[in-house]
Amino acid sequence: MKERNTVVRKKTKLADIIIFVLLFMMSLLFLVPIFVVLLNSFKGKFYISKAPFALPTSETFAGLDNYVNGIIKSGFTKAMGYSFFITVASVIVIILLTSMTAWYITRRKSKITSTLYYVFVFSMIVPFQMVMFSTVKIANMLHIDNPVGIIILYLGFGSGLAIFIFSGFVKAIPIEIEEAAMIDGCNPLQTFYQVVFPILRPTAITVAILQTMWVWNDYLLPALVIGNKYKTIPVAVQGVLTGSYGDRNMGSLMAMLVLAIVPIVIFYLIGQKSIIKGVISGAVKG
Amino acid sequence: MQKTLKKYFIIFVIPTLLAFAIAFIIPFIMGVYLSFAKFTNVTNPTWVGLDNYIKLFTINNDFIKALWFTVKFTLVSVVTVNVIAFIFAKLLTRGIRGTNLFRTVFFMPNLIGGIVLGYIWQILINGILLNFGVTLTFDAKYGFWGLIFLMNWQMIGYMMVIYIAGLQNIPGELLEAASMDGASSWQMLRKVTLPLIASSITICTFLTLSNSFKLFDQNLALTGGAPQRQTTMLALDIYDTFYGRTGYQGVGQAKAVIFFVIVGLIAFIQLRISRSREVEG
Repeated sequence: MKERNTVVRKKTKLADIIIFVLLFMMSLLFLVPIFVVLLNSFKGKFYISKAPFALPTSETFAGLDNYVNGIIKSGFTKAMGYSFFITVASVIVIILLTSMTAWYITRRKSKITSTLYYVFVFSMIVPFQMVMFSTVKIANMLHIDNPVGIIILYLGFGSGLAIFIFSGFVKAIPIEIEEAAMIDGCNPLQTFYQVVFPILRPTAITVAILQTMWVWNDYLLPALVIGNKYKTIPVAVQGVLTGSYGDRNMGSLMAMLVLAIVPIVIFYLIGQKSIIKGVISGAVKG
Repeated sequence: MQKTLKKYFIIFVIPTLLAFAIAFIIPFIMGVYLSFAKFTNVTNPTWVGLDNYIKLFTINNDFIKALWFTVKFTLVSVVTVNVIAFIFAKLLTRGIRGTNLFRTVFFMPNLIGGIVLGYIWQILINGILLNFGVTLTFDAKYGFWGLIFLMNWQMIGYMMVIYIAGLQNIPGELLEAASMDGASSWQMLRKVTLPLIASSITICTFLTLSNSFKLFDQNLALTGGAPQRQTTMLALDIYDTFYGRTGYQGVGQAKAVIFFVIVGLIAFIQLRISRSREVEG
């Protein structure tokens, strides 16, 4: 019996080693695409399409030329600025306003609030193409086609998922706490921000992560609404080879891809645990 | 409490509702109306009845071709993403050294946006095809499999973490008991593990299904539909119809309505399946 156990253990140990090697090779494979882009960002623009997997040689090495071209000459820093501003501002606005709305329509029982809840949830399944044309035209007419105005659109589009997630958690908060606060003289606004919102904090982090990933990477809405004047990172990247941004330079494109990935990787490495947790709970809810 | 709340509707609901109306409610209603109209701007529609819906099938078969390409792509990516993600999840729940690092690496591509992903893979695939003297847009099959690879790279890690969460919820005693009773590992997988993570399977299947079906950014950046619109998916076809040439906005809107109905149907089926499971459980 004892002998058999060691045989089994040896077998599993060997299996574990094989699996480890397998997974290790798979993760290298997963990193190859990013490594190739990084590699090519240091090569001259004519050598990128010719031999994308070759390491830079003294002939093909371009130093930081691509970064200088891609960033300084084509003004990519501006694109990064717009992306940062729009993402941060939209996410803050979404969190503050939709949590209030979600709490209100969950606590106040009326036909209007329950209808609103269903309309918000319904909006989650509607693909953007359905409203694309009209939304863009309305944004033009209302003159919200600028980096500040687009926040209103992000609030509108983001509210479905945010309210759905927030409402689910508000339902789990015992109403007695809120009633006690109100009896003590808090008005609903004080009750919400002093009592309810602190309880909702973990949920707010989940919502913030999901919305950050969406707004930061969103292409179509900023391209159509503000793309002519204000290019966010995805819009700028898309414009390089099609000629609407920069100078159709493969080298600049590589540098931009690297710079587009860097903030995401930093964001990911800092908040990995909550990001994965947030994404899972967002998926399970949605 | 209800009475006090009543007065606060304006503060709590109106700001969100206003933005929601501008971004979604009004455009949605207009969108349905405009699909029955001829227009170049939202201010000049004339009612044409079902004209756009008829034109959509009669002018050319772009829409049908895009629909077929999208369906093929969706089926292949749902199967590949979920099978691979499940295998990864299974391997990462054995307590092997380095599990956290592997999970970190596999999940990372999920955070990168579609446009950036599309260009990364364009360079990569063109680099490989260079050895065969062709490019990504030489033949539709390259674009198709390119999209599959891209989608797998992006979605596997995401589905994997959901499967991991599901697998970790299975009580260890259950598997132990099954193994004591002499169940083979294949039997354990089929009779114990898979039924117990059924809800994870539903979630992952529908997430990949709707993400694949609605794919736009990656499609635009990887091939842009080339060659000859043969790798155009539905969302890109709708976009091209709207903004490609003037006079066809109505047809574009009609396509968008059909697109919405299909996506809505998928969501509805998912809701029914998960509801019935909750009742059973």
